[in-house]
Amino acid sequence: MIYREAGQFKTTYASDQAVFPIAQDRVVVGLAVVAAFVAPPLLADEYWLQAVLIPLLVYALAALGLNLLTGYAGQLSLGTGGFMAVGAYAAFKLTTAFPQLNIILVFLLSGVVAAAVGLVFGVPSLRIKGFYLAVATLAAQFFLIWLFNKVPWFVNYAASGTITAPPRSVFGVMVAGPTATSQARYVTALALVAVGAIVAKNLVRGRVGRSWMAIRDRDIAAEIIGVRPLRTKLLAFGISSFYCGVAGAELVFLYLGSAETLAFDISLSFLVLFMVIIGGLGSILGSFLGAAFIVLVPIFLTNAPHLVGLVLPVALQKEMELMVFGGLIIFFLIVEPNGLARLWQITKEKLRLWPFPH
Amino acid sequence: MRSRTVLIGMLAAALVAGPLLAAAAAQPKEMFIPLLVYRTGAYAPSGIPIANGFVDYFTLLNERDGGINGVRVVWEECETQYDTKQGVECYERLKSKNPVLVNPYSTGITYQLIPKASVDKVVVFSMGYGNTAAADGRWFPWVFSFPTTYWSQASAVIRYIGQQEGGLDKLKGKKIVHVFHNSPYGKEANTTLETLARQLGFELTLLAVDHPGQEQKSTWLQVRRINPDWVFMSGWGVMNQVAVKEAAAIGLKMDHFIGNWWSANDSDVVPAGDGAKGYKGATFHAPGTAFKVHQDIVKFVYDKGKGGGGKKEDMGTPLYNRGVVNAMLSAEAIRTAMTKYGNKALTGEQVRWGFENLNLTEPRLDQLGMKGFMHPIKVTCEDHEGNGPILVQQWDGKRWTLVSDWIAPMREVVRPKIEAAAIEEGKKLGYTERDCAKEK
Repeated sequence: MIYREAGQFKTTYASDQAVFPIAQDRVVVGLAVVAAFVAPPLLADEYWLQAVLIPLLVYALAALGLNLLTGYAGQLSLGTGGFMAVGAYAAFKLTTAFPQLNIILVFLLSGVVAAAVGLVFGVPSLRIKGFYLAVATLAAQFFLIWLFNKVPWFVNYAASGTITAPPRSVFGVMVAGPTATSQARYVTALALVAVGAIVAKNLVRGRVGRSWMAIRDRDIAAEIIGVRPLRTKLLAFGISSFYCGVAGAELVFLYLGSAETLAFDISLSFLVLFMVIIGGLGSILGSFLGAAFIVLVPIFLTNAPHLVGLVLPVALQKEMELMVFGGLIIFFLIVEPNGLARLWQITKEKLRLWPFPH
Repeated sequence: MRSRTVLIGMLAAALVAGPLLAAAAAQPKEMFIPLLVYRTGAYAPSGIPIANGFVDYFTLLNERDGGINGVRVVWEECETQYDTKQGVECYERLKSKNPVLVNPYSTGITYQLIPKASVDKVVVFSMGYGNTAAADGRWFPWVFSFPTTYWSQASAVIRYIGQQEGGLDKLKGKKIVHVFHNSPYGKEANTTLETLARQLGFELTLLAVDHPGQEQKSTWLQVRRINPDWVFMSGWGVMNQVAVKEAAAIGLKMDHFIGNWWSANDSDVVPAGDGAKGYKGATFHAPGTAFKVHQDIVKFVYDKGKGGGGKKEDMGTPLYNRGVVNAMLSAEAIRTAMTKYGNKALTGEQVRWGFENLNLTEPRLDQLGMKGFMHPIKVTCEDHEGNGPILVQQWDGKRWTLVSDWIAPMREVVRPKIEAAAIEEGKKLGYTERDCAKEK
């Protein structure tokens, strides 16, 4: 019903190849983006913004980056945490060295630094494939974290080895540091992730994305039809690391406020990988759904006993949370191995044919 | 199809109902204190006894005295697993209940909360942990780290080693190894040790152990190769027991192995069995249950079946007692604030005044049933550390016994460094120095 497309004629190639070919999609997505910009800053309280929505956006951006690499280009990576750390430490070094530099520009530059590092660690992907590549990227994870722990220059010789986000503003509004409101942080994170998603969506449906998918589906065949593996794979590593780097900088500047290397350890790499797998490999929407699942479900499980008036000891509650969360992941993967994005796709197909689904 | 429908339904429920909260504001005659605890994960061996001690003391106050001057203390535990992200989530969640002070129980989480708490008007009480630079109250009015800090502790431990060697001048040429948890917490002592190594001429080697510290073979092989005269350790959680076992395995002289106050609990030495005999640890209060406060806890808490998760027999471990001390200091600071603002539920700002003007004297400790349990403290506007002395305790295979008198930290070394670091750290956060002369 709501998805009835009768009357929508496509008279040009441009309209047929649009990002959202169906008019309803355009309206819904447009409204959703506007709502995301307007509603939470006005309605949500500090807890929602600071502990739920901002981490959600940061993780979504990281998942988006990893999805480009793993979902679209088929290169399995466990170095996400390391690349995010590069972004975070680069942003810290840049903004402390050049305090006048606009913080958004700092985020983007730190993404560029992360991309450069990603290129270096992407080189083995030319020879190594699949699980073996995962192990090679694991080396990136451990090396980078070790490096930031070992060399005090990265933390400006702070005795504790912690990086702290200094106060920074954009157009006169504080977005980082202790006095920045969570509304300002949220809007900044949302703007970055929105732009990131639009760029990613256009990348994957263009020439670059198609060459990534060709490599993913059968690299030898791709090479035969003229896709250059070196350039394509390295490009995937570079762009993916750029997204992860920006996400890492956001993690420190917009979400945590200060961080140590432990915040970027191997568990973060796995977390982002799980987001991509649960959300849907090779799907932009899936990155958001996966991040939402991983961020929201544990919080829901933590608060659920309170909502029904059940008071449990915290240790028992935490262990139950882990068990239920693990169980849910298995359940979801059995019911829908292609991820949450596929669920939405199926729902949409059915709605388009409603009331005569087959 | 069916299972998919269930799936979609569940997703929608999780997304919508997710973090909905029943944020009940504290009652007028109650004060809310959030407890960030870790009773699960790699740090649970350290986290459980502290949380139990804390809860038991507050239960005692409520049961025996009806709260602090008639104002009941209410609290809620939140599990952080010693993880900064979960800690921030906990803090943000419990903030809606109007807390007056927060005990992060983690140096990493303390770093997160220092910038937030001053904006939210919540006192950060990081007792013997956290950011040492924040001990300068002129730059960090909302952060308190008394009775003492990591830097003071490191200097006091060196003084103790000097005493054992027959004078600080005898340390020249001695080899001292610092084995530390590779995190902001573990690194805190390094700068002080480096300064003292230069001044006193001992050879310092810093060996990092990565989180969570279950694998330390290579670290202890290095220790064996160095063959140090003394080993000092800043460990936490599961790292401690592994380190003590490894040290015993390489045949280190255990009475030349000193843990800091977070590395000397029963749970750290029991797994190593007889190998741990002689292991020493720093502390700022006595171990054991030979104090009136413990009798009261048994009488009013455990005998009434209101224990905070532990058993009566688990009382008296160093970390349990630390939880008790932490709760007592919080309560006494609130009591101090009540002398000025009256016996009612106070705000964060009023409690902050109480912390800053806390003067815990020997007679007061006696009244609290803690005679000989800890050293008196006086907090001032400039000095949020109190510069408290430490004790050294030793494990005899069954229990901890005190083997030293109170050892004063080297204030002349530590304080100038704290003041310099406070300026640096404070400026990073955009703080300004306040004038303590105007605070009276």
